[in-house]
Amino acid sequence: MNGTIAIPGIPCGNFASVLRMIQKCGGDARIVSSPDGLARYQKVIIAGVGAFDYGMASLRHGGWTDVLGDLALQRKVPVLGICLGMQLMCSASEEGGLPGLGWVDAEVRRLSPEPGSGLKVPHMGWNTVRVLRPNPLLDADDGEQRFYFVHSYYVACRRDGDVLATAQHGKDFAAAFNRDNIYGVQFHPEKSHRFGMALLRNFVNL
Amino acid sequence: MLKHRVIPCLLLRNGGLVKTCKFGNPKYVGDPINAIRIFNEKEVDELMVVDILASKEGREPNYALIEQFAGECFMPLCYGGGIRSVEQAQQLFALGVEKVCLQTAALEELALVTQIAERFGSQAVLVCADIKKDWLGRRQLYAAARGKTVSRPWRTFLEECVAAGAGELVVNSVDRDGTMAGMDIELIREAAAALPVPLIALGGCGSLADIKAAVAAGASAVAAGAFFVFHGPHRAVLITYPRYQELETLLSAT
Repeated sequence: MNGTIAIPGIPCGNFASVLRMIQKCGGDARIVSSPDGLARYQKVIIAGVGAFDYGMASLRHGGWTDVLGDLALQRKVPVLGICLGMQLMCSASEEGGLPGLGWVDAEVRRLSPEPGSGLKVPHMGWNTVRVLRPNPLLDADDGEQRFYFVHSYYVACRRDGDVLATAQHGKDFAAAFNRDNIYGVQFHPEKSHRFGMALLRNFVNL
Repeated sequence: MLKHRVIPCLLLRNGGLVKTCKFGNPKYVGDPINAIRIFNEKEVDELMVVDILASKEGREPNYALIEQFAGECFMPLCYGGGIRSVEQAQQLFALGVEKVCLQTAALEELALVTQIAERFGSQAVLVCADIKKDWLGRRQLYAAARGKTVSRPWRTFLEECVAAGAGELVVNSVDRDGTMAGMDIELIREAAAALPVPLIALGGCGSLADIKAAVAAGASAVAAGAFFVFHGPHRAVLITYPRYQELETLLSAT
């Protein structure tokens, strides 16, 4: 057991499933309602759904950005972004005008599969991921791993080395990234059966 | 590659699970929590639960029960039945439901679809269109809570739903509900081609071949009730779900 996980209680979040899955993994996660309480935690999950600007505005107006930046970049505690949470860690998004947190050198772009490909947006449902390098979250030799995705925008990393795993929807995109202590997943591990449970258990045990 | 989803659709009636036939004759098939637990163990792609009396009786969703459902689901859960306001949807999301499915409210007024989509994203709001053939075999939109067909063409209605913000659509064939006699492939093909968002086909699925046919016709997902709760010619209650490898083999060629 390596510390309680803090989840910033931003209004664009839907945390019940994340809390349940962490509990199932033997971990302990709490929704933290104010940034003042955040500094004492050793681990953070940024979970959220919805539009990029709404997410960034929620972080800014709630006063979260500085304390999160301190935890992620100075104190280097493990931070995991889920779905919109991953996108908020990037520099910018085509979906909105606000700058992102900028922790990872990446930008968020609209999925636009070729017309006539039959592929729809949002990319919604189960997809397999290809793990590109050994890492503490996703086991590279675990056979096929599938996860539940729901998103219309994807993360494009500027440094190839940051991409942990790719998935395909028209083209390959970053399904997971990692830079130092910072992790992001585009899919929903909390809704991905044993595959997501394994990933969250790995995060709990980091 | 994105996989086609196969979704058990469970009908809730007075707190118990039932399965209807052509929207009538609800047959009790068991305790919902137990069924959901089994489906979770079988690693289903997604689960849909619809309270078939809530709108008819003007009731709100049964939040306490739905919270228990969400607690058993380590996959996405969609709930439909009796949702009339953003606040109700918000309450459902807070319990751990990923998607809400609207029907009665959407037939009356699409504003609720837009409000939920704006606040929680399009992926969180589905609209289900029940479609029933009239005596001339023409497909009509059907308002189940009132037991009446609606004059608006179903395609126009679904296109309006997408414009209003629905992230997915369910097309349900009333005449095939519970029959396990095969899905309305023509309807699925037309709807999937006309609509830019993922389509969930429902109604009539009785075999793996039916699932394959619906996917070949363009459905992003196939939902079924009877197929997953009944077994054998006498329709004994048995909860089943195809193994992952079976579905992989079935759908890999389509």
